[in-house]
Amino acid sequence: MVIARKEEIKISHAPIAPATAKLSLAYVWVAYVAFGLAALAGMLQGMVRGGIMELPSWTNYYQILTAHGVLMALIFTTFFIVGFIFSGVARTTGGALHGTALKLGWIGWILMVVGTAMAVVTILRNEASVLYTFYAPLKASPYFYIGAALLVVGSWIAGISVFTSYRKWRRENKGQMSPLFLFMAVTTYIMWIIATLPVAAEVLFQLIPWSLGLTPTINVMLSRTLFWFFGHPLVYFWLMPAYMAWYVCIPRIIGGHVFSDSLSRLAFILLLLFSIPVGFHHQLMEPGISAGWKMIHVTLTLIVVIPSLMTAFSMFAIFETSGRKKGGVGLFGWFKKLPWTDVRFFAPFVGMLFFIPGGAGGIINASNQINAVVHNTIWVTGHFHITVGAAVAMTFFGVSFWLVPALTGRTLTKTANRMAMVQTVFWAVGMFLMSLAMHTMGLQGAPRRTDYTTYMDHPLALGWMDYQRVMAFGGGLLFVSAILMILILLYLTFYAPKGNTEYPIGETETKQEVPRILERWPVWVGLVAFLIILAYGYPIMEQIQHQAPGSPPFKTW
Amino acid sequence: MHLHRFEKIWLMLGAGGLALFIVLLCVNAFAMGMAPPSNMEMIDPEKVMETPPFDKPGLKQVGDKEFDAYMTAFAFGFSPTKMEVAVGSTVNFHVTSPDVIHGFQIPETNVNFMVLPGHISSATYTFDEPGEYLILCNEYCGAGHQVMATTIIVK
Repeated sequence: MVIARKEEIKISHAPIAPATAKLSLAYVWVAYVAFGLAALAGMLQGMVRGGIMELPSWTNYYQILTAHGVLMALIFTTFFIVGFIFSGVARTTGGALHGTALKLGWIGWILMVVGTAMAVVTILRNEASVLYTFYAPLKASPYFYIGAALLVVGSWIAGISVFTSYRKWRRENKGQMSPLFLFMAVTTYIMWIIATLPVAAEVLFQLIPWSLGLTPTINVMLSRTLFWFFGHPLVYFWLMPAYMAWYVCIPRIIGGHVFSDSLSRLAFILLLLFSIPVGFHHQLMEPGISAGWKMIHVTLTLIVVIPSLMTAFSMFAIFETSGRKKGGVGLFGWFKKLPWTDVRFFAPFVGMLFFIPGGAGGIINASNQINAVVHNTIWVTGHFHITVGAAVAMTFFGVSFWLVPALTGRTLTKTANRMAMVQTVFWAVGMFLMSLAMHTMGLQGAPRRTDYTTYMDHPLALGWMDYQRVMAFGGGLLFVSAILMILILLYLTFYAPKGNTEYPIGETETKQEVPRILERWPVWVGLVAFLIILAYGYPIMEQIQHQAPGSPPFKTW
Repeated sequence: MHLHRFEKIWLMLGAGGLALFIVLLCVNAFAMGMAPPSNMEMIDPEKVMETPPFDKPGLKQVGDKEFDAYMTAFAFGFSPTKMEVAVGSTVNFHVTSPDVIHGFQIPETNVNFMVLPGHISSATYTFDEPGEYLILCNEYCGAGHQVMATTIIVK
């Protein structure tokens, strides 16, 4: 059975209610404070590794590396995503979050801020230089793990808040398909909550008791498996909100339409299904997991190619149809008609370009034995800097340029737009140079997560030095761009002229029929559970029943 | 659900290419014996230094031009520190850790694996070119991670 999607006319151009806007802005600003600190740490790392400077004696490379990873990959992303999703859910369900959703939103924010503060303080006190993957048996302060747990629990409460908004909308609009943005938000949070359960189990039942000395040893293999059970869907948690901006917001910004409502939803359902039962592709080079189980995870991982191809098709279909409507003729005439000087389009578009080599590199990483060539080399660092650091981050920047003024009731002026274009170019050039150097060095075997070293002047390692300097230069450009970003956001929050800024939500050109099954959550959650049991049930049982002798804690920094 | 004709072609090509690729990976791993290193042996990490053969790390000749290299990876070094084999030798590396997680990588070869306390990691490589091969730790293991390296000389 199919039903038509409801027209959204009655809520278009509705501003976000002040109370909701305040909540969303509170999340977005914590995200950008973390981003600024993380960018500083990142720039310093680049300079140290490039041999350009040395750190003062009161800090060290691995401490700032931990700070960079935690603040950028965990704090900046999570806070921005939660804030952005709240605003979009409000925008597509009538302009405001209802009372309970708002309250839950603030409870989530407080828990996440407290958790972040605990993690940051332990890192600053040099009690948690365990990097953002916190692999046991490196042992951080218990407060670091408790902080991480609070961050996760806070994000769950934010997710529950979105679920309550969704239920309320469904109750009030019986028999109708939910707005696309809301559907995507719900899919993202279902994925996130399922994916964070194992890392919560790792932190609560393994790391916290062990770091407090309550248990003498830890099952290292199990802790790694639980971590990567979460670690890969984490990257989809970054990506799916970027896709939400691509699928829903970008069409409106370029004056086009959502290409296909049902295919957009199907892509999200595929991401939900195939982002979780895949963690062993991060553990291909380790002992204790059989080659057969690794292959099963590799196969499930590679299926993500399908929703990625669907997304690529949709994006270019949107670009072409809207370009042609604006008078673009010939095979590529439409390309010139795109709004190249509008940063709301330009920044995410450049991000999309980065995602093409990013996706190709991802296939290489996940390809079983080919992983041996790049595993734990700086190639991998290059890979996630063009995926999360460019495709996702530049989309978030592009969103921020309209989201922040929409939340503060201000406008993105022509000058601010121009500054944002400059910021985008700096970020793109910096990321291009840095990641190119990283990919090249990685193929030659240079390791990731390593302080400046020449390995006793080994000729091979000496040959990496020029690339390391290019990497440092790229990092410098990125830092300049980060400062610009913060300045632009300060302007948009406090100083830009008052006015109406559109919250762009695209619609399909004509009414489209959407298969009802796409919104039957028990079906999809059941399938996710089935795939997880298939991929993880037996290996995890084995890792518990036939575990290696446990490891005591170590503090080696 | 309506699918544009071009999108059908695009997705069919993509899915077909993907299926072929996965088949090739399987053939490569299981028929040609090139699966990633997946040794299942275990060891007590607190007793590595007393457990043979890791109590005396080093090269043991097991055949004409074939060696077993029993090694430990620890914060912050590898044992043994010096190894030498003749050109054309095949070396089976067996590595474990008495403390935290380490990496074991020989750049410009396909030898690259994780070393987990409690487990023994293995990989085999035939050194057909002479040279001083760098062996480095590629997993963060603490303050001295960047100096954790050794070499194997092939001549």
